[in-house]
Amino acid sequence: MAILVTEKDLPVIVQGITGHQGSFHAMQMKAFGTNVVGGVTPGKGGTDVGGIPVFDSVKQAVNKTGARASVVFVPAPYAPDAVIEAIDAGIQLVVIITEHIPFHDMTKLKLYAKLMGARIVGPNGPGITSVGIAKLGIMPNSIFRKGPVGVVSRSGTLTYEIVNTISESGLGETTVIGIGGDQIVGTTMQEAVRMFEKDDETKAIVVVGEIGGTAEEETAEIIKKEVSKPVVAFIAGRFAPPGKRMGHAGAIITGNRGTAQSKIQAFQEAGVSVASRPSEIPVLIKQKLGL
Amino acid sequence: MVDLLEHEGKRIFRKYGIPVPVFRVIRSEKEVPDFNEKMVIKAQVPTGGRGKKGGVKIVNNREEAIRAIQEIRQIDFNGYRARRFILEKAYDIKKELYVSITLDRSVELPVLLASAEGGVDINSVPAEKILKKPINPFIGVTDYMKREAAAFLGLDGENAKTLGKIISGLYRIYDELDASLAEINPLALTSEGLVALDSKISIEDDALFRHPDVPVRYFGMDKIEVEAKKKGLSFVRLEGDIGIIANGAGLNMATIDLIAQAGGKPANFFDLGGTDDPQKVIQAIELASKVTNKVLFVNIFGGVTRCDTVANGIVQAIKQLNPKFKLVVRIRGANEEEGRRILNENGIDSILNLDEAVRRVVELAGE
Repeated sequence: MAILVTEKDLPVIVQGITGHQGSFHAMQMKAFGTNVVGGVTPGKGGTDVGGIPVFDSVKQAVNKTGARASVVFVPAPYAPDAVIEAIDAGIQLVVIITEHIPFHDMTKLKLYAKLMGARIVGPNGPGITSVGIAKLGIMPNSIFRKGPVGVVSRSGTLTYEIVNTISESGLGETTVIGIGGDQIVGTTMQEAVRMFEKDDETKAIVVVGEIGGTAEEETAEIIKKEVSKPVVAFIAGRFAPPGKRMGHAGAIITGNRGTAQSKIQAFQEAGVSVASRPSEIPVLIKQKLGL
Repeated sequence: MVDLLEHEGKRIFRKYGIPVPVFRVIRSEKEVPDFNEKMVIKAQVPTGGRGKKGGVKIVNNREEAIRAIQEIRQIDFNGYRARRFILEKAYDIKKELYVSITLDRSVELPVLLASAEGGVDINSVPAEKILKKPINPFIGVTDYMKREAAAFLGLDGENAKTLGKIISGLYRIYDELDASLAEINPLALTSEGLVALDSKISIEDDALFRHPDVPVRYFGMDKIEVEAKKKGLSFVRLEGDIGIIANGAGLNMATIDLIAQAGGKPANFFDLGGTDDPQKVIQAIELASKVTNKVLFVNIFGGVTRCDTVANGIVQAIKQLNPKFKLVVRIRGANEEEGRRILNENGIDSILNLDEAVRRVVELAGE
């Protein structure tokens, strides 16, 4: 079944489609097989990007195409407005790729999405790929292979590295979700793990965490109580110094909180195998699955 | 993140209706006025633990104040020297309290924190001695929260009312200035009521576009980190000697971990980000070469950033810089064949396998 993106013909729009990133990735998504039905850039309605029609507003795009999901590439100062516009137009799944959205805006967007029954994935993440179904985001098309592993990650390129390793090992993925590297994200690691637990096709779960916050510790609690499937984790930032923001807004050890050690320990106590390097991940999955 | 200095924060407090002492900012000894009462001199430095290092002194007249300033100038505050000082009234303190508004990542909302154990690092206060109230940003702080905080801190009457105003002010600062922290520690209970004796306001980098008046600061940053930040690059100096360039924050951290686990000493974190411009790669190598001793490790998983772009950048950078260190390049992903061919033609080896590349880096660094 996969999670979050489960229909092959899910109609998707791209907000900010006429920008450099938006246009490139709209075409990449199409090449992956995603049903990209339109794009939105205010003021550019009536034009097209590689044959994809561009609309002035999300509402117009939804009316014309029946879109139910959106991928947002709009620059940070304007992205919150774009997300609200999408939610108000009835979009149910908003994937935000944009980096550097202030967390103050995200706390509000998240509450608003909840109120309106919409789901946000991201920001500052690579999006969602359900292998063999559709890709909403920027992950490279070539790294996937259909298989039994669900992957949730706070990272972008590290996710590609790990997915590639999983694919090359002969295993493969159901859905790969990049939740984003910010402090406040629309869909949390905890939620993704719960969804993978319920998904019949997913036989093992890979959690890619990093320093900062307590999402991994909270995920470990959920795994202990609710998850029957084997879980393998990888934590980046074991040698990161405290007090320094390691690229991602959320990747920072504050005082003695948010360390890799704390996360690794929490996972180990929950029976999760913690890989010390990406290449170890498929080995541990195979062990756990008895392959 | 921009951490405002105490005097900058106190000016904001005053604007938002939070009681602060009457203070004067002193830049040089000449500016110290004549006085004859108990006052306090405080170093304006962006680091915690200022008092313990001797950065806060009680003085009774101009001569003592000047002597205190001269003494404080000699103190090393984690790499900073005080250049400005606050001179303000020394209050008779009955009790030191703590109050702040900050983001709580696990509840995903701002929270009001209050404690009767002020004047110390809040991280050292046990959880049961801290009141924590999540705030819905669409609603803001409500009256019952203020009453609850006053009761928790043992305040009543006029003091409880003032606390309410202080909490409202702090929340407005958090909200209007996009602060990640608006903190008063200590909030002093004096014979004249509640007074904010210190201020800490931190403003998120991501929101600075909305606050052009906030000064950009490079506190706590290494020279090269500052250079990188000015160029919009994400760079963190580490203590080792193996230079690292990778694309993406997570891959960077993982690369550092792998090198360190294999016995190497990474010199830096450096996110190349997503780019299709070889010039950016050249710029990155130039910057990383400043912290590299024997080996520079370029680890790229291509996606948005294509391997051939990186390869072209590397080739040009090596020609331009003619570096003394050795280079290990590991490229995978988008256009990897083309990237490897470009490197190969220019006599640069590349490795596909990450573990193998890490072994090679540590081996070369140990030679």
